[in-house]
Amino acid sequence: MAMEKTALLALLEQKFPHDVEAAFTDLGDEVVIIQKEALIPVVKFLYGKPHEYTLLLDITCVDYLGQEPRFEMVYHLLSLAQNKRLRLKTRLSEKELRIASLTELWKNANWLEREVYDLFGVEFEGHPDLRRIFMYDGFEGHPLRKDYPLRKRQPRIRLRE
Amino acid sequence: MGPSHPAMHGTIRIMLELDGERILNSEVEVGYLHRGFEKTCEHRTYFNLLPYTDRLNYVSPLINNLGYVMTMEKLMGVEVPERAQYIRVIMSELSRISDHLTCLAAMAMECGAFTVFLYKMKAREFIWDVIEQTTGARMTTSYIRVGGVRADLHPDFDTVLKKAVTETRQVLKDVHGLLDKNKIFLNRTRDIASISAEDAINFGWTGPCLRSAGVYYDVRKAHPYLVYDRLHFEVPLGERGDNYDRYMVRMKEMEQSLRIVEQAAVRIPRTPGAVMADGIEPAEAIRASRTQRVRERIKLSPNLEGSEKVVVKGILARKPGCAVPPKEDTYTSIEGLIRHFKFFMRGHGIRPPKGEVYFAVEGGNGELGFYIVSDGSDKPYRLHLRAPCFHIVSALEFLIRGRYVADVIPTFGSMNMIGGELDR
Repeated sequence: MAMEKTALLALLEQKFPHDVEAAFTDLGDEVVIIQKEALIPVVKFLYGKPHEYTLLLDITCVDYLGQEPRFEMVYHLLSLAQNKRLRLKTRLSEKELRIASLTELWKNANWLEREVYDLFGVEFEGHPDLRRIFMYDGFEGHPLRKDYPLRKRQPRIRLRE
Repeated sequence: MGPSHPAMHGTIRIMLELDGERILNSEVEVGYLHRGFEKTCEHRTYFNLLPYTDRLNYVSPLINNLGYVMTMEKLMGVEVPERAQYIRVIMSELSRISDHLTCLAAMAMECGAFTVFLYKMKAREFIWDVIEQTTGARMTTSYIRVGGVRADLHPDFDTVLKKAVTETRQVLKDVHGLLDKNKIFLNRTRDIASISAEDAINFGWTGPCLRSAGVYYDVRKAHPYLVYDRLHFEVPLGERGDNYDRYMVRMKEMEQSLRIVEQAAVRIPRTPGAVMADGIEPAEAIRASRTQRVRERIKLSPNLEGSEKVVVKGILARKPGCAVPPKEDTYTSIEGLIRHFKFFMRGHGIRPPKGEVYFAVEGGNGELGFYIVSDGSDKPYRLHLRAPCFHIVSALEFLIRGRYVADVIPTFGSMNMIGGELDR
């Protein structure tokens, strides 16, 4: 893990001294770890000029079972103007599994957050329509969590009308 | 509409609220093909999960292989031989052509142009002949491996490739003639479901669909990988972001892909020919190796064609623990046998260092990214796929609002929704 700092990472640390926990480049990717409360301000700062991270590539989550805080949200942003990608990470504890929704800024955040909610059970505050997306209604548990067994079976559901 | 509807290319359900023929509101329901790809991968070794990536976008499996494999190479810091890089470029461009052909063929058929469908399927067969000859499979190839590719190009590769390129060019020319100014096709596609550049970016679109809205972003140009920076090609752009532009961008992209394939086929470094020469039988080699060093060639099983020890140097990285060692060694030396055995043993094999990595290639539909978290073991701790068509399909509700029911068909067709990749 190389600890060299690009200009953007240094700027983020300077602008959000209390919220940025770490900023470094890892295998050539810029990575920023922030406090979860700071998600919206940091993202809005990156969205605006001159950085213009206007394309939300991906939202996903990783379950570090046995660690505290247990979940880690991972956001990938792309700046078309600067031709750069950025990875934004923040940790969530199991007791308070909620984070602000990015649906106001990006329309594709709607489905991406539904996916994370479905597979990990993370709740997004301010999401207009937080439902399961891949699994059916009535499915119990969140399949991508590490404590969900690979071969677990669930009872069949009735055919919908 | 759906989940099983003749015009739905995968299983997807679109619930429509109608006022006569006009769509007031809609809701797209996905997940019918969800098979837990990411969960499954967490329980497979890095080597064993490669075939699952074939099944993501099943019309361009080679690009999916490439995306996964290159992410692993970035994590492990593997240098790939130049010949293998050119082979990968050729294979991924052929896959791109077959991807676009399939998408446009289905779209044209649904608009009533059945001839175009048949023409494009014909071209796709020629492309798949090339792929099959070298990889041994039409769709589920698992050909691109960590460190390089599984087998060298077939000796007759150039002839078959030339035929496929000529035939595909002819088909593209015919299709341009049949569709470009066809009034029925224009009525179904021109200015239907147009999207502005801002909206396309806001929906996370990438690939041909984003470019049809006039945004210049192509991973091959923006973050060049393999040898793309040494090859000449253009990135076609659209203007209005409507169905017609999405059709046109794909058509032009196929021409560019053919250009890339032709250049790469000429520039590829030559190696001393991979001919399945006659050799001694493996049993004979084992017997001989007890008393002396065996120098003769050993006959391999036909399914290892193209990965003989002589050629493997040119197509696979030599870093230990990233690729299957040559088969010949297992017959003649105990070290070779152990190395081969250890590669497939649980807990050994491909073991990248601890860390996390994101890497993306330009897939048929756009930026195809893999995010892998490794805990240092032989299985990924977490593997996530950034599926390009997930973002594209999420805009469908927005695009068809206020339009007619008949407009759903070409709009959905031009998006190239692939169930395997969308639902994972």
